[in-house]
Order: sequence, then C-alpha cells, then structure tokens
Amino acid sequence: MFDITQLLDEIKASPYEEIVVTAPHTGVVTFADVREGARVIGPSGTWKEKKGTLLATIERERNQKPIHAVEKGEVKEVLRHLEGTFVEAGTPLVRLRHFLSKDEVLAIILKKALHLFVAPERAKYYFAPDVDKKVKASGPRSVSLHEGMDLFIMSRMKREASLAYSGPSGVIYAVYFQHNENVDAGQPLIGVCPPDQLPLIEDVVARVQTEWEERE
Amino acid sequence: MDTEKRTQHLAERLGYIRDVFGGKHNENIALLESKLQEFNLRLSEGSISDENAALTTLEDLFDFVERKLEAELTPMDKVRIVRHPQRICLRDILENVYDNYTEIGGKDEHSIDPSMLIARAYITRRSGKKTINQPVLVIGQEKGHGEEFRNGGSVKPWGNAKALQYMKVAETEGIPIHTYVFTPGSYPVEDYPGAAQQIARNLYEMAGLRVPVIAVFSEGGSGGAEAIGLSDRRLMLSHGYYSVISPEGAAAIEGRLRHGQRAAPELIEKCAQQLRITAEDNLRMGYIDHVVTEPPLGARPYHYDFFRGLRQEIIRATDEVILGVKGFAPFRAMVLRRRRGKAETMDLDNMYVRWSLSSSAKDRLVARRHRKFNRLARNAARDRRPVLRKLSNMGWDAWWDIYSYFKYDLLRKHQQKIAYLVEEVEAEAQVLMEKVAAPWRKITCALPGGACQSSEQTERELTTLSDWDEEGQRNGNWSYVSPRAKEDRAITCPNAGSHGCLDLWAPDLFGEFAGVCTYCGHHFPMEYQWYLHNVFDEGSIFEFNAEIEAGNPLGFEGFDVKLEQAKKQTGLKSGCVTFEARIDNVKLVVAMLVAPFRGGSVGAAEGEKFVQAAERAKKKRYPFLAYVHGTAGIRIQEGTNGVIQMPRCTMAVRRYIEAGGLYLVLYDTNSYAGPLASFLGCSPYQFSIRSANIGFAGPGVIKETTGVDIPPDYHRAYRALSRGHIQGIWDRRDARANLKQALLTMGGRNLYYR
Repeated sequence: MFDITQLLDEIKASPYEEIVVTAPHTGVVTFADVREGARVIGPSGTWKEKKGTLLATIERERNQKPIHAVEKGEVKEVLRHLEGTFVEAGTPLVRLRHFLSKDEVLAIILKKALHLFVAPERAKYYFAPDVDKKVKASGPRSVSLHEGMDLFIMSRMKREASLAYSGPSGVIYAVYFQHNENVDAGQPLIGVCPPDQLPLIEDVVARVQTEWEERE
Repeated sequence: MDTEKRTQHLAERLGYIRDVFGGKHNENIALLESKLQEFNLRLSEGSISDENAALTTLEDLFDFVERKLEAELTPMDKVRIVRHPQRICLRDILENVYDNYTEIGGKDEHSIDPSMLIARAYITRRSGKKTINQPVLVIGQEKGHGEEFRNGGSVKPWGNAKALQYMKVAETEGIPIHTYVFTPGSYPVEDYPGAAQQIARNLYEMAGLRVPVIAVFSEGGSGGAEAIGLSDRRLMLSHGYYSVISPEGAAAIEGRLRHGQRAAPELIEKCAQQLRITAEDNLRMGYIDHVVTEPPLGARPYHYDFFRGLRQEIIRATDEVILGVKGFAPFRAMVLRRRRGKAETMDLDNMYVRWSLSSSAKDRLVARRHRKFNRLARNAARDRRPVLRKLSNMGWDAWWDIYSYFKYDLLRKHQQKIAYLVEEVEAEAQVLMEKVAAPWRKITCALPGGACQSSEQTERELTTLSDWDEEGQRNGNWSYVSPRAKEDRAITCPNAGSHGCLDLWAPDLFGEFAGVCTYCGHHFPMEYQWYLHNVFDEGSIFEFNAEIEAGNPLGFEGFDVKLEQAKKQTGLKSGCVTFEARIDNVKLVVAMLVAPFRGGSVGAAEGEKFVQAAERAKKKRYPFLAYVHGTAGIRIQEGTNGVIQMPRCTMAVRRYIEAGGLYLVLYDTNSYAGPLASFLGCSPYQFSIRSANIGFAGPGVIKETTGVDIPPDYHRAYRALSRGHIQGIWDRRDARANLKQALLTMGGRNLYYR
C-alpha cells in the first residue's frame, strides 16, 4: 500500500517545484534585470494574455526573443556567467522556485494515491445510465466499481459505444471530465480509491486544506 | 405645502447649477445658496410675513443668475448639461410635444434594448373646424433621468436594429419619422448584428427611406448619433452637442494617455472648445439646419414653454420637408418661412399639411436628401487643383455623363434586346444541332483516334495532383518587395508558441513569402504598395484627384504640424488615394485608405475623394473597390466635418449600388470605427485579408466604456467572419485571383463589361 503520510511529509520538506528555464534555441543570451531572491510572476490576465516577468533575451540572427517566467515564484539562480555568450539550445539559464499551491499539492497526492482511469481516445464521455443516476442522486463516491462493469458511454462523431471499467475495485473519488466537453486520449477521467483507503485520503485532503501554507 | 414644494424645486435648481459648472462661478452659487438657506431659516422661525412674495423674489433671483450664467457657458458646460439626469429626455418630449403616444416594444427595462425607444405618436392639428390626428413614428435614444438600465442612451447593436425595423414600418405606412438623438455614442460590442455593421446598415437604409425624416439632436455622440441621425431636416437643441468623439475621448487621444489614466480637466475643456461641438458651431458649418432655443442653462422637464416651442419647430420642419417636395402650396409655405420673433406667426397647430406623399414626391424627397448631404463639408477639404484642371475635370464629368447615357442607357438597352433574342435563337439551334449530329458523332467516336478521345492533357489534369495555383503565386517573384526584406535578420511568428513555427528569415518572409508565415499562415501586415504592385495589372494605375488635400478645418491646435509631418512622411496629400486600375484587363475604380497617413483616418478630404471616386465609378460603369489598408476611424481633429462623411459617403455608395454597380470592400490591417460603421460596413461584399482586425472600437475603448475584458483575438478577421460581419477571408497571395473572380461573378447588373 502506498504511504500517503510519507508523501505529504516529503512534499512538506521541500514545498516547491524547481523550474529550470532553458534556452529555446541557440543564441547570445542577455539577462534581464532579475536578481536572486526576486519574485517573478507567470502569465496573467483572463486569457493568460499578459506575459510573465522578463527573465532574459536570446538573440539569434538579429532576432531578439524574450524569455518570460512561466510560473510565479522566486528566482533561485541566474547563470550570469552566460551573459553575452553564445549558448546551445537547452542550456539552463535561470532556476526558479515555484512554491506549490494547495491545489497543486492535492493534485500530486491524488495522482499518486488514486488509480486513474484514462480516456482511451479523444471523445466525449458520459456515465452509463445506472451509474449516472447514482452519481446524481448521492454523489460519485456512492458508486463502487469492479473490473468489467459498464461505466462510461463514449460518444465520438455522433457514434456511441459503451466503455467498461478496468482496474482495482473501489469508489470514484474524483471526476476529471465534464459533460459535453471532449477529453483527449490519455487524460484521466476518474480517480478511483480502494474503499479501505478512503478515510485516509479524506484525512490527508482535509489536512492539506487546513494546514498548507501557500507561499508567494 | 406649496411653499415646501417650491423651495424643494429651488434646491434642485441650485444643485443643477452646481453640477453644470463643476467648480466654477462659485460666488454666484454661494450667493444663491446663502439666500436659499436664509429663506429656509426664516421660514422655520416663522419670521416671514408674506411667504409667497419672498419666494417669488427668490425665484426671480434664481432666474436672474441663470440668465447671467447662461452667457458664460463653455462647450464643456454644455456637455455636462446634456449629461445631467435633470435634462429633458425622450419620454418628456413624448409626454409634452405629442398629443398621444404608445411605446412599441418596450416598457421600462423590459425591452430588447431599453436605451432605444420607439413610439407611435400623433400630433393633433386643426383645419378650420376639422380636427386631424397626424401619426408619426418617434425613434430615439432614451437616457431616462439617470435610470441605470437605460445605459445612458448608449444603444446596443440590436437596439439600432430595432430602430431600423420600425423605420421600415414607417416607410410602409407612409408616415413621417421623428428621431431624437440622445446618445453619448454606441455601445461597442461586436456581437451580431455588430455595433459598426448595424450603424452602417441603418445609414444605408436611411439614405433611401421614402418618408420624411426629421432629427433633433440633443447629445450627438458620433456613430450612435448617425445611426438615427440621417434626415431631411436636422434640428438641434441650443444646449446640445454634436461631436465626433466625447471631449474626454479626444483628450485621451491628444494627451496620448494609456488606458485607465484620466485626462486633466483643462485638457478636456480645451478639446471640447476645439472640437466645435455646440449648436452654433454646427449651424455655422451647416451640419444642422436650425437651432431650437432652450431656456437658460438648458431645458428641464418643467419648462413647458420650451416643449411648446419644440412642438412648433417639429411641425414646421415636417411641413417644410413635405411642402418642399409636394408641389403647390404658396400660402402655407409663406407661413412656414416666417420664423418666430420676426413677425406674428400663426400657430402651426391651426394649419394643416397632409403628411403623405405621392410616389414622385417620394423620389424627389430622396433625391433632395442626397443633394443636401452631398453639399456638406465640401469646403472643409483643401482642393489644390488649379482652376483649369477643375474646369477640365468638370468637362470630363459631363462628357462621361453623356457618353454613358448613349453607350449604356440608350444603345445598350436596344442592343441587349437584340442580344437576348439572338441568344435565345442560338440556344434553340444548339439543341437541335445536338440531336441531329448525335448519330454521326457516335460513329466517329467509335473509330480509333476519334475526335472525342480524351487528350493526354485532360488525362493528366484528371489523374494527377494539382499544384496550388503556381501562376497566381508567381513563384515568389513579386513586383514589389517590402523594404523590410532588405534587412538580414530572422523574424519570429507570433504563433510560434502555439503552432511551433520556426523563425523566418526576413528577406524570405517579406519577399518571396509575401509576409505570410509558411508554417501557420499567419499574415504579417504589409505596406499598401505591395497591393498596388501585385494585385493590379502592371502599370495600369492612374491616380485622380490627388490634389485634394487633408486640411485643418477647425483650426485644431497643433494639428497643422502633425498633418504636415504625415504628408512629408508618406508623400501623400490625404489618407485616401483614389485611382483607376485594371485587374486582368477589367477596369475598376479604387479608393484606398492608407494606414500610415494619420492611421488612415477619414476626414473631409478623404470623404470627398471617396464620394468622387464612387461618382466616377458610377458614371463609367466600372466596379468600385474600397481597399482598406487600414483605418483608425473618423479623424477627430476635424470634428463634425469628419463625422458627416459617414452619411455622405454611405449615400454616395448607395447611389452607386442602386445604379447597378459592384461595390467591393477589402480589409487589410486594422479597420475600426466610423468608416466601418458607414460606407465600408454597408457593402454586401466585404472581404478581408487574413491579417485584418475588424471592429467598432479598439480593445482599450471597449474596456473603458463597458468594463468588460475582451479576449486578445476579439477583432481578428476570423471572429468577424463567424459573427457574420464579413463575407470571406482571403490569403494575401490570392488577393488578385479572388478579386478577379469577384469582379466577374458578383453583383452589379450595370457594369461596362457585362
């Protein structure tokens, strides 16, 4: 069995994700005015149309290309010795520390702790009628799954096919898809949790929700 | 009780004065305030012997101060008057000017757009002992007295569409239309039918409405005003304003403010002054016909005398229009000519003019409307043509009139009849021949090497893949190469992030690729010269009216310098270049709005050139192409001289289309605002190069006026196509081929080559 508490402790020990900003292609690097320890922000705006903080520019064939921060966080290291030099594609330029938010922590834990049932192909998915009734009446966690049961209706190009569940028995803990929206192949549809682990997971989620301090 | 009401009323008047002057004339306001306070104090103490007399004195003082301040009103004060919640609104006018009215399609907030009010009303007049109810359709923006849901009279596209629908109803019923303009501007949303496109549609239809239209302007904010303002008589309330842009908007542009920043009050005041937005200014420039005098500091709902005066003016205007086209009515016409104040005038309620027109009178009415607008703003552009040239141009015009008449109207009609007959006979003969020859053909086909065996060429065409129009692409050998192609550098496509486009080398991109990303098809904007050289036949361009120059008719401060700069930078005299050209030997007239010249904005010179180009195309029976390299809207520094180009050019376009022409619009880079909301948006054939952004207001303005964030691709051509604003999107490299196709297949029953 997977030890959730240990995982949570691990995350707590280093509550961030390190993002390495690399050169997208060859070119001469000029760093922007960012210092170690400075805060940077990622893309913002309703449509993420505003770029994040400028970290550096890379110039190739007199074409200056800006490199922006993709997530908010703190600048951990700027590889200043590369200033003005010609670098290869993929050379690390800046290291950012992105502090995990509650949602991100939960996503990490759940992805590891739950069994994810993924979409076999790009299509719209619906619960099978009897399952759907149960979900609507008393929530997804009331549905207990077992191998081979009819779970989904897969609708693609106006053709519908039923899709059977495969994997360990358990209850549906999380639903990742929406009605009338296409799900790409390989994307998780539901997260399944064995019944004995359910209290444990609920406990961890509650702990994260209350205890996790989000850092800027 | 009565005293209380009257003091309350005085307090309201005081508040109004304070709001209108916004911090000026404080000593007068303080005086009124102290007098009013003193009166209230004494009233509560009960130390006034004759309340009525004291109150009358106080009211006289208010009247006096109002009259005194009236003389010192600045244009910006008038703007504040017009926007004040105590200002009269359309409902007040319906209540007090008309004898009866029924609102159509709305009750308070329950309406498709509560800011557009439509009502069937009637005016009762007497002729001897007879009483006659004359029905009219009243259309106008309703500001309400500060009612939130009225949106301040800012009409959404569907509100304008409703107005148009009922104008058509009035036309069917043959009753006059009275429109009341109370709008700060149109509400800039692109949702169908689209702010710009709907105004354009309104203008186009109003240009041909076969009933009299009388417009009264109180707050005439640019496009929103034009949507119902094209009329046979334009009256204006003396404290109203009619302008191309709000003074705040002008100040933001003049002060080069980024969104969110507020302009300084002095700058706004100065812009209001310079834009010449008041009734007197507009009367002097000829954009309105008559000013309706309001009481000092503007009409408010309790000024019943004003409503009486307005009623007379409205009746007079309608009568004048009707009698002007109707024929013989010398005595009544004399009464109408006599304005109040000059002599004792007859109450127009006691004179009867039937408000209906015969078919020929309706024709005269529409023709008159066109002539009226065609005359406007002629002097606002600088015409630098030498006298001889002007004379010779006039001579040529006359010659083309005569020539076209003989060639197309007289000769062709008969020719066509004969041609149709011949066609019919030929077609019959063809079928007969087919039948007769069929057995013979069967025999020859059966023989080896017979005539009907498919050739190698056809076989190849049918069995192999075709190239993508190698000839049209010229293998990348374009006749004009952008100066940007001379730089040795790489360019990143803006879609590189999402489409994975690799960097492009500038000489390739702007040379061979014609500014199109080879990976995703993104169109980089190109210079207008590229189109001149690559779309039209080599050496076929012949420019005319190049000497008509953009000027500074309002004497807008600092604008002369900017204009000179633009002229020097571009080597052009105005933002509109008109020329004749050929596409694959089909001759056409082109009016091109050039983006580098002051953003391609349209002023009096551009409008005049556009109108003349349309006239020329009409006379010569050529197709007419409006190629919009880019336009930022109406040139604000020309004020109403610019805004009047919207109805003017639309009417010219209508005349052209009705004469059987083909009017094509091709958008290229950024096309916004006024021109789009009039003479461009009214075309049934609007196409766009992929690089275009098309819309009524730019993203900054939308954010500022509506408070709604809009997505970054809101104005892209594909969005415009999805919304139904344009009819197609073309690849730049296909522009010539597509234009050729359009010229040969679309519209126009009266083109020279048909």
